[in-house]
Amino acid sequence: MAMIRLEGVSKWYTPQFQVLKDCTLSVAKGEVLVVCGPSGSGKSTLIKCINALEPFQAGSIVIDGAKLPDPKTNLPKLRSRIGMVFQHFELFPHLSITQNLCLAQEKVLRRGHEEAMAKAMMLLERVGLTAHAHKFPGQLSGGQQQRVAIARALAMDPIAMLFDEPTSALDPEMINEVLDVMVELAGEGMTMMVVTHEMGFARKVADRVVFMDGGEIIEDRPTEAFFGSPHSARAQTFLSKILAH
Amino acid sequence: MNYHWNWGIFWEMSPEGTGTYFDMLLAGLWWTLATSALAWIIAFSVGSVVGVLRTLRSGWVVMACNAYVELFRNIPILVQLFLWYFVLPEVLPAEMGRWLKTMPNAAFWTGSIGIGLFMSARVAEQVKAGLQALPRGQWMAGTALGLTTAQTYRYILLPTAFRIILPPLTSEMLNTVKNSSVALTIGLMELTAQTRAMQEFSFQVFEAFTAATILYLIVNAVVTLAMRWVEKMAAVPGYTTGH
Amino acid sequence: MLGSLDFDVITRSLPYVLGEGLRFTLTLTALATVFGLTLGTILALMRLSGMKALSVPATLYVNLMRSLPLVLVIFWFYFLVPYIGQFVLRTERPVQVGAFASALITFSLFEAAYFSEIMRAGIQSVARGQAAAGSALGLTYRQLMQYVILPQAVRNMLPVMLTQTIVLFQDTSLVYVISLTDLLGAAATVANRDGRLVEMYVFAALIYFVISFGASLVVRRLQARMAIIR
Repeated sequence: MAMIRLEGVSKWYTPQFQVLKDCTLSVAKGEVLVVCGPSGSGKSTLIKCINALEPFQAGSIVIDGAKLPDPKTNLPKLRSRIGMVFQHFELFPHLSITQNLCLAQEKVLRRGHEEAMAKAMMLLERVGLTAHAHKFPGQLSGGQQQRVAIARALAMDPIAMLFDEPTSALDPEMINEVLDVMVELAGEGMTMMVVTHEMGFARKVADRVVFMDGGEIIEDRPTEAFFGSPHSARAQTFLSKILAH
Repeated sequence: MNYHWNWGIFWEMSPEGTGTYFDMLLAGLWWTLATSALAWIIAFSVGSVVGVLRTLRSGWVVMACNAYVELFRNIPILVQLFLWYFVLPEVLPAEMGRWLKTMPNAAFWTGSIGIGLFMSARVAEQVKAGLQALPRGQWMAGTALGLTTAQTYRYILLPTAFRIILPPLTSEMLNTVKNSSVALTIGLMELTAQTRAMQEFSFQVFEAFTAATILYLIVNAVVTLAMRWVEKMAAVPGYTTGH
Repeated sequence: MLGSLDFDVITRSLPYVLGEGLRFTLTLTALATVFGLTLGTILALMRLSGMKALSVPATLYVNLMRSLPLVLVIFWFYFLVPYIGQFVLRTERPVQVGAFASALITFSLFEAAYFSEIMRAGIQSVARGQAAAGSALGLTYRQLMQYVILPQAVRNMLPVMLTQTIVLFQDTSLVYVISLTDLLGAAATVANRDGRLVEMYVFAALIYFVISFGASLVVRRLQARMAIIR
């Protein structure tokens, strides 16, 4: 059964400029999906549509029974069940690391402070940052901040995780510490949708790869098949460019 | 210069009979501080609300708030005070108008509210600028965690935005103090008005104005130091707000 | 109450309020802007000169002016200028300079402090590399300022400077406290003479609003255009 299902999703910024064209795909429970494609292909926009951070004009999305667009869907509740990790981390700069992890647990899930704190510390240990618990985001490196951001999303006990280019704002030497956390997460059976250029990661953990270009889903195939022989010329060009070195 | 200096004048009794000239100035200072404080409370609360509303994605709310800001920004503060003080009681129903005119300390209340609303437009500009200076991802991150719009503003956007705009807010605070002197035109006996009165009674123009200048400088220094302390208290380790 | 309004009073007093009042306001604004800007630029250069003998007095002056209410400064100069005139011209008695001159001196000196801060920020906004490049070409300090730094600084700061001029335009209404006949003064005179406070003050407010708002729209358009150029 599909946990996330997109059906003919289309989005226009202006009547002339269409960013998403009739996108249809589904992610099963426990599946890891990697979305790749050249910049401007609409992949970030697509992933943001899934938790309604971006509105879309046509088509529908169903996440674990909740439908978009639907006025009856409680958006904050839906979003709290889907974890999201951003390219630029987006930790809250005025809150300490633990406060970053506790805020939504307390305000959205109404957990008590003790419970939220216990959860926060457990997750910090998992991403290897216990020692930094009382620091502020500005005192951490990019890789550390992104690991905190992953922990912050996990603290909400999400049914699925969305990653929007989680490593593209990082210095090269910090990419692996973040990918390691993501690989571990995939190994535990988390449902994940990852927008990334890290093809090594895709090969290692993705069940399927989706290739987008010009707002369209060009290919949606099992990982091995995709890397073995991509069907489309555009995917081949893309892969040859990013795998050249 | 054939001006007769007399620095002892401050300790002479004023013809008002309530104390020395120095007491007169202190009374003026008190009204300056009271008016500035009330005006700032109004400016800060109204300005924050208007500033936040201007960043929402609701067309007519934004338009109404923009109109509010333009209206209060493009009419001189003195004219605004005249509108509140002389015009408002006339255009209200007769009874309300009479109540306004005969209200005790009318100049203080009108002055504070008038200056407060004038300054609120400027505070609204700062708050809006502060919120717009934040990366859009901050809003997204809060929203993605399931926080409501109100919660996102309350816990994430506003704490950061206010930190960013603390320095300009300090100058708006100082502007409020300076603008309180305009209320002398509607009869508020604040510091500048009392200085004028002292000069008229005693003919010691420059002593009076020197004293007022020093008192204003002291108020300035105190506000600036206090706000610097607030900035230090609000500072977040590792986070620079770009100044 | 509203039924008893008499808008005819506005028409009747139009030549006086606009012809004399508004003209006074606009003249004062224009002249004070020119003098204030000139003096402000000098103050900014003094502050940035790196020479203590120049920068310290300039800093003190700017900070003093910016700490005081304009109303107080208007009174200061109103009483002080005759004595300064006496000192400068070495006359027997304080020189009566006339109300307009007094107001012009006041606003020029007061706004110079604000303009100087804007200029200073503008000059500092021009990248250091520009100064280095100019010096490397062998330009003198004066040439560097005149041909490289100031043109760019003025361009960067033009919107802020124009906004400050709008503030100055509104500030001139404060000459009311020394009983000059500017736009507001003229309106107030008619208002009190004919007992028509509501009509005259609303009318004055409207004129201030139209001019200020109109000017601010022009500034905004300019800002948008400059943003594209850059």
